[in-house]
Amino acid sequence: MKNARSRPSIRRPLLGMSFLFVALFVWGADQPAVHVEPTDSVGPRVLEKQTEEAVVRDYLQAWRSLSSALEENRADLLDPDFIGSAKEKLTDTVREQEKLGLQTRYRDSAHDLQVVFYSPEGLSVQLVDTVTYDVQILDHEKVQATQHVRARYVAVLTPTEVRWKVRILQAEPE
Amino acid sequence: MKSRFTSFVFGGLILIASSQFAVTQSSGLRLPKTVEAGTAFSIQSAGSGNATLYIVGLGQVLRREVQLGQTISFAAGDLHNAGHYIVLLAAGSFTENGEFDVTAARQASALSFLAKPSRVPVDLHDGISGVVYVFDTFQNLILEPTQASFQLSGVAGAPQARTVLTRNGVAWTKMNSASKEGAAQFVARVGGVSDTRVIAQVPGDPCSLRMSARPSGQSLALETDPVRDCSGNAVPDGTIVTFTETYNGDEATVDVPLKRGIARTEMPAYKGATISVATGVVMGNEIHWGGGQ
Repeated sequence: MKNARSRPSIRRPLLGMSFLFVALFVWGADQPAVHVEPTDSVGPRVLEKQTEEAVVRDYLQAWRSLSSALEENRADLLDPDFIGSAKEKLTDTVREQEKLGLQTRYRDSAHDLQVVFYSPEGLSVQLVDTVTYDVQILDHEKVQATQHVRARYVAVLTPTEVRWKVRILQAEPE
Repeated sequence: MKSRFTSFVFGGLILIASSQFAVTQSSGLRLPKTVEAGTAFSIQSAGSGNATLYIVGLGQVLRREVQLGQTISFAAGDLHNAGHYIVLLAAGSFTENGEFDVTAARQASALSFLAKPSRVPVDLHDGISGVVYVFDTFQNLILEPTQASFQLSGVAGAPQARTVLTRNGVAWTKMNSASKEGAAQFVARVGGVSDTRVIAQVPGDPCSLRMSARPSGQSLALETDPVRDCSGNAVPDGTIVTFTETYNGDEATVDVPLKRGIARTEMPAYKGATISVATGVVMGNEIHWGGGQ
């Protein structure tokens, strides 16, 4: 009887911990952890805090777009956030996937960002990002595998009417 | 509840264990660490039987039906987009995986050169900026440091030249505009590839302003000397020059555009009037009209 009464007191913290863990896991899946390194020297032009925040916000949104586009094989989802060669290459990837019956699910869990260059006329900003993400490969809707990846990306963004768009997104060896 | 929690934790351990297992499994798959974009490469697999090989990246995806234990060859051009790629070899429930990078080709093939502004006043220190991004033939950004040279040559004076090492695929510079007006060629060059922009160097603000007056019937004929900037370039026609006449507390103003570098007008010839001239932020001389200057 005594033991039976004491069980719930153990269960509650365990239950709470598991909910917390699940909550963190679920939250982590939607909102990647983002760390932005200080940008003391980014080239010839001073990077205002507001500009930096806008660049980071739009860049992270671009990751969400590419994730949706590659999962749903819909190149049109890239339109709001990509431009130039980045958009062309991602569009080609979506088309290749569609042709092969593949889908890929990119889930970025962490970004370690640093703005490294802001051009003198303010028409391009470059950042490097060490991204941690999972890639799930589906072949004709059957999950083949999920792979955990950590890679360093170089991105170049250019301003458009209302937002910064990704013009170059390219991983490089760490 | 306890059993549910236990299975949750246990599930987590299996998850960790399986990811460890995936890493150890990749030993059967021999991958290059890096591949130069557009070059031929091969992957060595172990075992026997049929399998499907996936190469997946943001820039490209490939799928091949392969025979395990054989070398899987990829021809030049098969993988041409630089980036990080994951490799998955799947045969039923058995999978092997790995990763490798595709790097940009070493040779520059295209430049994205942005020069600003397209019109600049003469004699302006660091007034012209140039930014160049360097790409290979597949539109991959060449991230390896590469020498980029910039040259600005105009109608007069020695050309200005700078050599800059690219960092993360980009190089930039600032140049002074020349002291003489005219079109300047701004060239960025990397290896055998170059790109040119034309920068119009236009006269700066007027440096000084001087006018003279002479009687013309009941009026005064006012005329400036040729208006020039501080480097001696003629200020463009159309630049507005303002003549102001003050007499007995009243003020009259006439705005005149420069024509062939000179502004001319007529104003009433009041004895004791003061006439001044200005353009932009530059004030010229004053004339007190008393029948003579």
